Amino acid sequence: MNWLQRQIRPEQIRELSLLALIVVAVVFFGSMIDGYYSFRTFNRISSSVAIITVVAVGQTLVVLTRNIDLSVGSIVGFTAYFVGTLIAHHKGLNPFLAVAISIALGAALGVVNGLLVAWGRVPAVVVTLGTLAIYRGVLVDLSGAKTVTTDSLPQWLVNLPTLNVLPIGALDVRALFAAALVIVIIFQFGVTYLSFARRFYAIGSNPEAAQLIGLPMKGIILLAFVISGALAGLAGFMTLARYGNITVEAGRGLELNVVAAVVVGGVNVFGGSGRVTGAMLGAIMIGTLEQSLFRLGISEFWRDALLGLLILLAVASDSVILQRLRLLWARTELKFVQPVEAGAPRS
Amino acid sequence: MNPAALLKRWETLLLAVLIAIVAINVLESRYYLSVGNFINLFQLSIEKSLVALAMALVIIGGDIDLSVASVMGLAACVMAWLFQQGAPLPLAILLALGAGVLAGLNNAFWIAYVGLPSLAVTLAGLIGYRGVARILVEDRAIGGFPLWFNTLGQQALVGPLTAAIVIFLFFFVVFVIVLHGSAFGRLVYVIGSNIQAARYSGVRIGLVKTALFVGSAGVAALAGILYAARLGSVRGDTADGFELDIITTVLLGGVSIFGGKGNLVGVGLSLLVILNLRNGMGLADITGNTQNYVIGGLLILSVLIPNMSLEIRNKWRGRET
Repeated sequence: MNWLQRQIRPEQIRELSLLALIVVAVVFFGSMIDGYYSFRTFNRISSSVAIITVVAVGQTLVVLTRNIDLSVGSIVGFTAYFVGTLIAHHKGLNPFLAVAISIALGAALGVVNGLLVAWGRVPAVVVTLGTLAIYRGVLVDLSGAKTVTTDSLPQWLVNLPTLNVLPIGALDVRALFAAALVIVIIFQFGVTYLSFARRFYAIGSNPEAAQLIGLPMKGIILLAFVISGALAGLAGFMTLARYGNITVEAGRGLELNVVAAVVVGGVNVFGGSGRVTGAMLGAIMIGTLEQSLFRLGISEFWRDALLGLLILLAVASDSVILQRLRLLWARTELKFVQPVEAGAPRS
Repeated sequence: MNPAALLKRWETLLLAVLIAIVAINVLESRYYLSVGNFINLFQLSIEKSLVALAMALVIIGGDIDLSVASVMGLAACVMAWLFQQGAPLPLAILLALGAGVLAGLNNAFWIAYVGLPSLAVTLAGLIGYRGVARILVEDRAIGGFPLWFNTLGQQALVGPLTAAIVIFLFFFVVFVIVLHGSAFGRLVYVIGSNIQAARYSGVRIGLVKTALFVGSAGVAALAGILYAARLGSVRGDTADGFELDIITTVLLGGVSIFGGKGNLVGVGLSLLVILNLRNGMGLADITGNTQNYVIGGLLILSVLIPNMSLEIRNKWRGRET
């Protein structure tokens, strides 16, 4: 038990149990649906997960600092539409430049959120509820009810979603999913090993203490919102690539799925704990439900009810079970320490 | 209270804004100042206004209820589904209200007794209750209700006032008495401003929170049925996204998102500001979309301006000493 406890932390148990739940879900669907274990199923789930995952990584950073970004759905729609229009008018635009423009546009919208939260000291829920309406409203007004259509886009963009970057046997890892994986890996390593990124955890778990030791609170919160905006911008580009036809409604309601993925993935809504990989697992869980339920024959209308239940269970298990586990862990560590303290005075 | 303090109050600012909006509307449109327009102005979002009253109490108590719009949809769908299955409509309405209360009890159980954050629980409710509503109605639109239901809430009851407006006024008076004139109301403020202190003083936090969430869901269910009656048909996405407008109204009314601060006079004024602003913009041919983001901007400014003015005042004081 002691050995086990030193190897695994409570947070990891949470992720492992989510992984187990995903396996159970896949086995369940596999036993109910003929031909479920196919590469088509994998491709379908992985493409739908990719976009949510990228936005969820940014959301994770914001939630870690004890804030929330509800405007991401509008940012995704905003960038998807405007970058789509830009590419449709300038077909020769360099693909990398297009991606860079998407990220920059998203980041700029994130700066507005971050400045209002950090310097305006307006609660993040209020700011991002407001910008959720404002960004979408500006998009609808500026677009003049036009849409971006697939046939106005250059061929490289239309082919991007089916581009296979890493064939493992007959299994495709497609470009969008590969991009999401790279982002998850980069950010997971970043928040684990960069001392700078540990500050997200520091100000989320104890803002007063973080202030007292002199962390630049405002800058860190601004950075979290800018990264969230930038990744939402990238997701906007991915949405454009995946669907081709973009109306002003693109990305509406995405924020709910993203927040759900983050919460199911074990990121604490009060900040200070949670991992980027957890958010990805949350997104995979949601994507698996979304893409599998309608093939079961029972109606797809069950998805939302199940998702609501899943969020509730995730938060409840976090609060009730994980608290107990953490106490247990802390107690055994105490036992481990006691003999040293009781012995000879330390030199 | 001395005049200087009265000037600094949030409600005074709202009143000034309201007067300015009304003045502009009167000058801009000759259709504005008519009884018909005013009844219409209230009637068009009476359901949201009703829920905003209950939401104000929840937020003052330091929590938030994101699930209200889904509870509105759930109640409407439960009623329509039962009616379609052959249940008499009055019974269907009663059971739909019961479904709303159940949803509220479910929220309250996890928040008040398990101790989970209300943001997460009611987010799950927002998605989950909507899901149940969709399971019941799927992608159909259920209509064909009897005539008395289709005019429910819209017939003139007292003078030109419709029944829905009378119901709203009744709830406004009830909530003012509960929040500002009863011991329960004081407990809501105590819990919202300092939950630790409330716990150590022996306040039964669980009971108060249960009452707040059941009340909010119950009022939302009633509003959902009134909304269904006004539209004459029910779909799975009935009242989808209403929580945004409702929370905006409450926060614009000077209720602090952190709890413990705010009152129903402010919320009432904020309702009038938003309704008159939307109505005026509508009469001036400004689209609903533009109206939405003007109100989004108003929401941010309503917190930003007091913060900034406080900061500037503090800087001035610092310079003097």
